[in-house]
Amino acid sequence: MKRFIRFAALAVAGLGLAAGAWAQGSVLRVVPHSNLSILDPIWTTQYMARNHGYMIYDTLFGTDEKGQIKPQMVDTWEVSPDNRLWTFKLRKGLEFHDGRPVTGEDVIASLTRWGKRDAMGQKLFTFIARMDSPTPDSFRIFLSEACGIMLDALGKPSSNVPFIMPKRVADTPADKQIEDYVGSGPYVFKRDEFKPGDKAVYVKFAKYVPRKEPPSGSTGGKIAHIERVEWNLALRDAQAQVNALVKGEVDIIEQPAFESYAALSKDPNIQIVNSNNLGFQYMVRFNHLHPPFNNPKVRQAAIAAFNQEAFLKAQVGIKEYYKSCPSMFVCGTPYGSTKGSDLIGKSNMKKAQELLKASGYDGTTVVVMKPTDLASITKLPDVAAQLLRQAGFKVDLQSMDWNTLVGRRAKKDAPSAGGWNIFATAWVSPDIWNPLTKAAIGAAGEKSWFGWPTDAEIEKLRDQFAREVDMGKRKGLAEAIQARAFEVGTHAPVGEYFNPSAVRKGVTGVVFGPGNFYWNIKK
Amino acid sequence: MLSFLVKRILATVPVLLIVAVLVFLLLRLTPGDPATIIAGDAASPENVAKIRENLGLSKPLLVQFGIWFGNLMAGDLGESYFFKMKVSTLIGQRIEPTLALSFCTIVIAVLVAVPLGVIAAWKQGGWLDRALMGFSVMGFSVPVFVLGYLLIWLVSLKLALLPVQGYQRIADGFGPFIRHLILPSITLSVIYIALIARVTRAAVQDVLSEDYIRTARAKGLPEVRVLVGHALANAAVPILTVIGIGIALLIGGVVVTESVYGIPGLGRLTVDAVLARDFPTIQGVILFFSFVYVLINLLVDLSYLVFDPRIRY
Repeated sequence: MKRFIRFAALAVAGLGLAAGAWAQGSVLRVVPHSNLSILDPIWTTQYMARNHGYMIYDTLFGTDEKGQIKPQMVDTWEVSPDNRLWTFKLRKGLEFHDGRPVTGEDVIASLTRWGKRDAMGQKLFTFIARMDSPTPDSFRIFLSEACGIMLDALGKPSSNVPFIMPKRVADTPADKQIEDYVGSGPYVFKRDEFKPGDKAVYVKFAKYVPRKEPPSGSTGGKIAHIERVEWNLALRDAQAQVNALVKGEVDIIEQPAFESYAALSKDPNIQIVNSNNLGFQYMVRFNHLHPPFNNPKVRQAAIAAFNQEAFLKAQVGIKEYYKSCPSMFVCGTPYGSTKGSDLIGKSNMKKAQELLKASGYDGTTVVVMKPTDLASITKLPDVAAQLLRQAGFKVDLQSMDWNTLVGRRAKKDAPSAGGWNIFATAWVSPDIWNPLTKAAIGAAGEKSWFGWPTDAEIEKLRDQFAREVDMGKRKGLAEAIQARAFEVGTHAPVGEYFNPSAVRKGVTGVVFGPGNFYWNIKK
Repeated sequence: MLSFLVKRILATVPVLLIVAVLVFLLLRLTPGDPATIIAGDAASPENVAKIRENLGLSKPLLVQFGIWFGNLMAGDLGESYFFKMKVSTLIGQRIEPTLALSFCTIVIAVLVAVPLGVIAAWKQGGWLDRALMGFSVMGFSVPVFVLGYLLIWLVSLKLALLPVQGYQRIADGFGPFIRHLILPSITLSVIYIALIARVTRAAVQDVLSEDYIRTARAKGLPEVRVLVGHALANAAVPILTVIGIGIALLIGGVVVTESVYGIPGLGRLTVDAVLARDFPTIQGVILFFSFVYVLINLLVDLSYLVFDPRIRY
């Protein structure tokens, strides 16, 4: 019996050693924050599709870790004195994975498709009269009138990113998914190895010509030191992810659960890397169509009750990973400001109770939707409900899975008929750091984002912002938009947080910036 | 026999039809809109509406059902809303890990539980019997994920003997394949060991009090032969029934185990599809599971013929 046990132990250990040896090599094993299901980053705004896009496509401009727009595929560009003609020259040596050179025609087709899907792209195209490509390595954009969002739009780092695809791919109608995944980025997508819910594989594109500048965000030299990057799409359980990283079976967990940091930071073989240094912002959204939040005074009372520290402490819990920030456009970014933010910045319950009393609130029940399956935001509705109750609201906290919430928030019915009053969500900074990318600040009534606020003043200011070319004036306009948004109570920003990656010690060169990038990394 | 087989196979058709209709209707009544989920958080209502139209979700319910049912009759389970892949391809990609996990689990469960149950019945009231009963209670009580994490902590993290997660296809080598299956299979088999061992114990106990057992012993047959050749063989029908039920129940059990061990099987596919409201995939997977369930029941019924010659169909 003893001999049998010894043999069994040796056999199992032997198998372990064999697999350990197999696991070495130039392969980076990443646990992304979610499943990769859609492979068209223009068709959807899902962040996983965006990250997939960054692996295989390149962009005309990019955003560095400080939020500055810098050229990427573009070598040089000129703007006419009246700001209506933009001429761009592409870098030499740009090539698609199928060996074809990247041309101006590819760029025009890609921008055209993107302009039909992305909100900022749609705005930019309201100014574009036409585009052409006078030579294979250049393209021109003719504007009907000057606008100030050209580079912001072409270099926007988050969904939808204007990735450049071959013309034959970009000619796919914007409302249909692409089925050809040839790009010109630093990695090639292994379509034959892709198994949704299992793994996505990318291999180094040997002919990629990186820029000379050091990498920063989505800009600079995208050098693929790793031959093969594997995204483990099956490992979704938070504890299983930690186990795999501790054991060295994976190299990076993109966004560990907050509860996992205590265990991860104790392991000497693991480093916590906060590569997305601008982080995320939490937000509570009101439904402006129905009582009681169709009354701006009631919305202001709620905003006054929302103590950011309470939300952050409950949801994130780790002091160094969160910060209060009264700005709607992310603190520390060009348009980050405290203008008009007194109610949320100096939140106090007494003031909230007074405002609610003065608003004429009649005791209507507030339906707060709580997603139970999204760990990163699941506690926010509980805090919101409690603070609202303390302010004097009558609250009905309703639990559901996130995708039920997503379906329900699109309903414009009254809360009693299956609609809603409040939900909370989180945004990655680049999605909300200017008045045009920030969906929640739009106030075009039923055409705007879920919650449907209406305010002609905000829309007028946003339009002026899009047209303004002077940065100083744009900042002023952004401040005015924020002040008005707080007055109207479009939504309540309830604090900012970071969700650093957990990385094995031997992995170096993680790129900092507004996203998850896998070039420059060495192992 | 042949008419029984034909009847049973024909009976699967209405069962699957009822399942198909119910699943289709239930999914449409469930809150949640696939188009909104596909479009992402920052999508405009126009984009969401276009996606809904492209997916055919803006058509009347009856028309949607007609299209899906027509395709089903032609052997086409449809295309996933999310993955741009045929549902049959998705099932094909995920079936191997689930089959392998289920097979190993049942093999371990039967190999461990049946001898344990027989011995416990033989030594009724002894320490082994009591220990087995204690183990059964524990096996039923400890949730699969707790046991999974405990095993990972001990075997993988402390002893570093086996991987903590993942799956290797058998085509990539038997060594890695079996290494990745040992822990998940043990985790999942514990509850079935408890179940099968208890049923085996009870069934064998009943048989051991029969006259023919006394006769066999009086004839001087060795005790092993009495237990295996006479007692176990005559107690086989309830044991086979519970093994059959166990295989069917595994369909639910693999979901948790696949999550804990990061195994890309049908369980995870089902959970992902349900959360994403990927209607064609959910419908396809449930139909597939229903078919497997019916098939297992049929096989269990047929196996009675082998173990109990008194049974005739």
